[in-house]
Amino acid sequence: MNRLFLLTMFGFALLTSCGKEKSNTDQDFSTPAAAEKTADAESYDPKRGLGKYETVELGASLDKALAEKGLKTAEVKCTSCHKPTDEKLVGPGWKGVTKRRTPQWIMNFITNPDPMIDKDPELQAQLELCMIRMPNQGLTEDEARSILEYMRQNDGVK
Amino acid sequence: MKNKFLKSIFVVTLGCALFVSCKPKDSTDAVEGDAAQKVYVAPGKYDEFYNFVSGGFSGQVSVYGLPSGRLLKVMPVFSEDPQSGYGYSEETKPMLNTSHGYVPWDDQHHLDLSQTNGEVDGRWIFANANNTPRIARIDLKTFRTAEIIELPNCAGNHSSPFITENTEYVVGASRFSVPPDNDNGDVPINTYKKNFKGYLSFVKIGKEGQLDLSFQIVAPGVNFDLSHPGKKESHGWFFFSCYNTEQANTLLEVNASKNDKDFIMAVNWKKAEEYIKAGKGKRIPAKYAHNTWDEKTQSAKSVIMNEVLTLDASELKDICYMIPCPKSPHGCDIDPTGEYIIGSGKLAALIPVFSFTKLKDAIAKKQFDGAYAGIPVVKYEAALYGEVQKPGLGPLHTEFDGKGNAYTTMFVSSEVVKWNIKDLKVLDRKATYYSPGHLMVPGGNTEKPFGKYMVVYNKITKDRFLPTGPELAQSAQLFDISGEKMKLLLDFPTIGEPHYAQGIPADKVRNNGQLKYYDIAANKHPFATKGEKESKVVREGNKVHIYMTCIRSHFAPDNIEGIRVGDEVYFHVTNLEQDWDVPHGFAIKGANNAELLIMPGETLTLKWVPEKKGIFPFYCTDFCSALHQEMQGYVRVSPAGSNVPITYSVGTNLPKE
Ligand SMILES: [Cu+2]
Repeated sequence: MNRLFLLTMFGFALLTSCGKEKSNTDQDFSTPAAAEKTADAESYDPKRGLGKYETVELGASLDKALAEKGLKTAEVKCTSCHKPTDEKLVGPGWKGVTKRRTPQWIMNFITNPDPMIDKDPELQAQLELCMIRMPNQGLTEDEARSILEYMRQNDGVK
Repeated sequence: MKNKFLKSIFVVTLGCALFVSCKPKDSTDAVEGDAAQKVYVAPGKYDEFYNFVSGGFSGQVSVYGLPSGRLLKVMPVFSEDPQSGYGYSEETKPMLNTSHGYVPWDDQHHLDLSQTNGEVDGRWIFANANNTPRIARIDLKTFRTAEIIELPNCAGNHSSPFITENTEYVVGASRFSVPPDNDNGDVPINTYKKNFKGYLSFVKIGKEGQLDLSFQIVAPGVNFDLSHPGKKESHGWFFFSCYNTEQANTLLEVNASKNDKDFIMAVNWKKAEEYIKAGKGKRIPAKYAHNTWDEKTQSAKSVIMNEVLTLDASELKDICYMIPCPKSPHGCDIDPTGEYIIGSGKLAALIPVFSFTKLKDAIAKKQFDGAYAGIPVVKYEAALYGEVQKPGLGPLHTEFDGKGNAYTTMFVSSEVVKWNIKDLKVLDRKATYYSPGHLMVPGGNTEKPFGKYMVVYNKITKDRFLPTGPELAQSAQLFDISGEKMKLLLDFPTIGEPHYAQGIPADKVRNNGQLKYYDIAANKHPFATKGEKESKVVREGNKVHIYMTCIRSHFAPDNIEGIRVGDEVYFHVTNLEQDWDVPHGFAIKGANNAELLIMPGETLTLKWVPEKKGIFPFYCTDFCSALHQEMQGYVRVSPAGSNVPITYSVGTNLPKE
């Protein structure tokens, strides 16, 4: 009886969580794949962040063309709020970001900001300073990667 | 004393209850115990159906969720909308252009969803404008008006915008016959019989939804009221109800009710197409506007067209036939099988049901009762399948559940009546509050109705909601029609005066590629500003173009000087956001205009002609972030002829010392 109750409860819990997941994902009007990945707070890896990027391979030297493309995209989608220096505008300056953060953390954050702001203690602290959640700018994979390359250039990678 | 009074009320109420069919019941009519459960949509859950409801004299279309009755959106179509700046922004103004110039309002009556194989498909919804005759197409990926076409030679475009089973045509017709636009309209009104005509418009719908006024049928001057296309077997035909066959031009309430029978006009549009192919059409001059919204440039353009192809129904004898229909027919509805044509005489005490098979037969055997204005009149009995006896008073509109039943609203006796199409027996009746016009079953005018819910749209609300002065919102009433008897589930208030509505399972719309934002990279607006770096202010004579961006939570530039009194200032504001549901607003003090509401990735333009010198603040009207309040800026306006140079900046606070 007890076991049955437990089983039922377990089954129910599974169902409800699936149900919830479903109600948000069976819409084909596309949440970016990254945003759909959820994980609980305990499993949050502050070095990796939250999103589809496990590791991001960087070249030993700078990919200049890619960095150039990154700057172009950033000028449309990012530099309204971020300066290349260490000065805060709406959000923090970009100087040194590639030294403070892993490439995968950056890629995850810029493509999947909302869930990361909810989980990452440092981002929470940042939010208290800026009072604005970084918008999801709908970056494609290529755009995100090119921005990362531009950030590296900004941090002196040659 | 008091008791006596109560008693007499009781007697009166009882008396009323006995006459259900002629007096509305009291407003607290019993609702079944599980009604609340059936309409409850828990927080975070979605409704099962979209319900698109015409906005009547608001000129808009509203979107509700069913079964909750929650208002989801109001879509501007034929009227200016201060909330979104539709009709105020430079980009949207051409949408409301007509051959009469800019027309900022209309009366929106009916809606029809696009269909594939007789089923709703969730691509577009079409809307009519009654007053200055127009048809609009609304794109259901964006819930925005994508196209508007004006109908020439037409007045009171009421029997519109009904569409054929594969979205081949959308139609319109004159409820108020008038002299054709290019004729001398300066004639005595009492020459109606001689000079007035009723034009039926067939607007072809392209693959991407493009509207093209393909041809018009010239019909006698009567009042064309409503229409519906044939289905399946009767596909290729269209049926229009008409009244005022008396051809009266004054006091129509009396003079247009004299004939015992008016007509449903059956139009063989496939035949009409053949005549056009055979070169039987005649091109006549006619001015009408065709307005289209371009999603890439995010701007509308209006083109004035100059002629239209016409076919004369009295010359081409086999495209139109008149079916006699008792007493001022209003609704004209075709059942899902396409076999039954249901007429509703506003003043008739019965509902005539015609058979398409019998109609075809009667035409083949020439069972005619003479002609009306050159159009053959089919013998009533030859086309009649049968009559629903004593359905109630004032039958108006009929929809279907796909299970062989029809539901008809009774305006005068304030009820909705369920009856069986085969044996024409009344099965159930329920009071509505009050004076119902149209009713809607999702897919109820198609070949595949979703016969679970029905909504009845009422003209008079009286005691249904908290009082709000003399004017009350019209009410809609949701019924469960899944069982044998109809069950009232919910009342909800609506905007404007809703007429017809459409319903569709939610997934057919929300999974059709809904747009969350406009891709800024694809923004081809000629004044788009892609990034703050490109923001600038450019003077060209007395015109000043401001290329402005916005993102949470600032504009760039936000300090602008060098504007002069009398300048034509164009704020071209680009929203740099690429996230769902983050529009920004733009409003400036004293503008004789409205605001802009700019969707993510979009550019919109507000024209402003400052009439005073001074400092004019502008700000974002849409609460976008905690620092939304700070999303503001200033424009300095100097006197005309001043030599303050154009300067603009963002992030530069104090003067340089
Ligand atoms: Cu804002």
